[in-house]
Amino acid sequence: MKTCLVVDDSRVIRKVARKIIEELDFECVEAADGSEALDACRKQMPDAVLLDWNMPVMNGLDFVKALRREEAGDQPVVVFCTTENDMAHITEALRAGADEYVMKPFDGDIIESKFQQTGLLRAS
Amino acid sequence: MIKQDDITFVAAEAFKRSGLVLSADKGYLLESRLAPLARAEGFPSIDALLTAARRDQGDRLLWAITEALATHETFFFRDNTPFDLFKNDILPVLTRARGAGSTIRIWCAACSSGQEPYSLAMLLEEERARLGGKRFEIIATDMAPRVLEKAEAGVYSQFEVQRGLAIQRLVQHFEQNGDQWRIKPNIRQMVNFQKHNLLEPIASLGTFDVVFCRNVLIYFDPETKKQVLSRIARQTPNDGYLIMGAAETVVGLSKDFVPVEGKRGLYVRSEAGSGRTTRAA
Repeated sequence: MKTCLVVDDSRVIRKVARKIIEELDFECVEAADGSEALDACRKQMPDAVLLDWNMPVMNGLDFVKALRREEAGDQPVVVFCTTENDMAHITEALRAGADEYVMKPFDGDIIESKFQQTGLLRAS
Repeated sequence: MIKQDDITFVAAEAFKRSGLVLSADKGYLLESRLAPLARAEGFPSIDALLTAARRDQGDRLLWAITEALATHETFFFRDNTPFDLFKNDILPVLTRARGAGSTIRIWCAACSSGQEPYSLAMLLEEERARLGGKRFEIIATDMAPRVLEKAEAGVYSQFEVQRGLAIQRLVQHFEQNGDQWRIKPNIRQMVNFQKHNLLEPIASLGTFDVVFCRNVLIYFDPETKKQVLSRIARQTPNDGYLIMGAAETVVGLSKDFVPVEGKRGLYVRSEAGSGRTTRAA
């Protein structure tokens, strides 16, 4: 089973996202900020990371930059999932090494579409 | 609840106008589609809307009802496979087969709010270097003015641009305007939108090298399906292509097209079949 790390400082968002992603047949691990997420990745590199932008301690952008410098850190598909919904943030995220970008509010269809887009899921 | 004779009335009028087949058990669909229309037209109920529609001499309301009953669901790069087929199987063959300076014409039948033709336009733009300088023309038609208006504007909600569209394509081909996203002018101008009803002749639209007619015929009865396919065949050269939805088939409806083996949803003219790896299923 593929694994997904769900990174968001909101417990409610993590719970909603986790439910959607588990229904896509992923095993989920949660982290409340970028630093916790980096620890989780060092323990076990996930197949996918769903990543909030604004979080305490370490934000999503710093996390993805740090992740890409880790050994095997180029492997996870990183999908931002944030209220930062403007072109400048999107291009900055892509430059930093993100693979996809979900603009909140999101739903199951969008997550599924983005996971297919990046090859995490086969198109139905 | 909508009364049975109202369902029968609406079904007959919608069929006459659009070929849309509405079975008697679709009362729930009628309610969910007509309630917003009744509100928008200023009627207190669906009942009042239908009473007015029966009296309406100019049949404007009956067209509005027909439009409301049609399914306009669509999204960018829907189902992926047809776009892969277009890029990998159709484009290389057509660009080789057509002479320098010729225009390759593509028709999106029942294009709804434009996501399908714009997806093709984005692909053509991305493939430009490999297209040998050929010109392309995308004609996109729908019978519903409301969705065509949206298509022509090329403006989509945040929700719409997140279904099927890779983020790199959003960045490359769209401009942001508040919480709306507008397709860039270079993509917009590749598509020519026209109002057209599939029950009507298509000769005036010209001939097409590729026809996308996906998830449309499923709403028609067999006789209408046959007529539409036969008209498409008359407007397609012998080396032209037809692409239908994954759950659709021409088998039993048209002898003009045959499926391409191993390429789901892709059809070629049967006259061209002998020289290719095709076989009627």
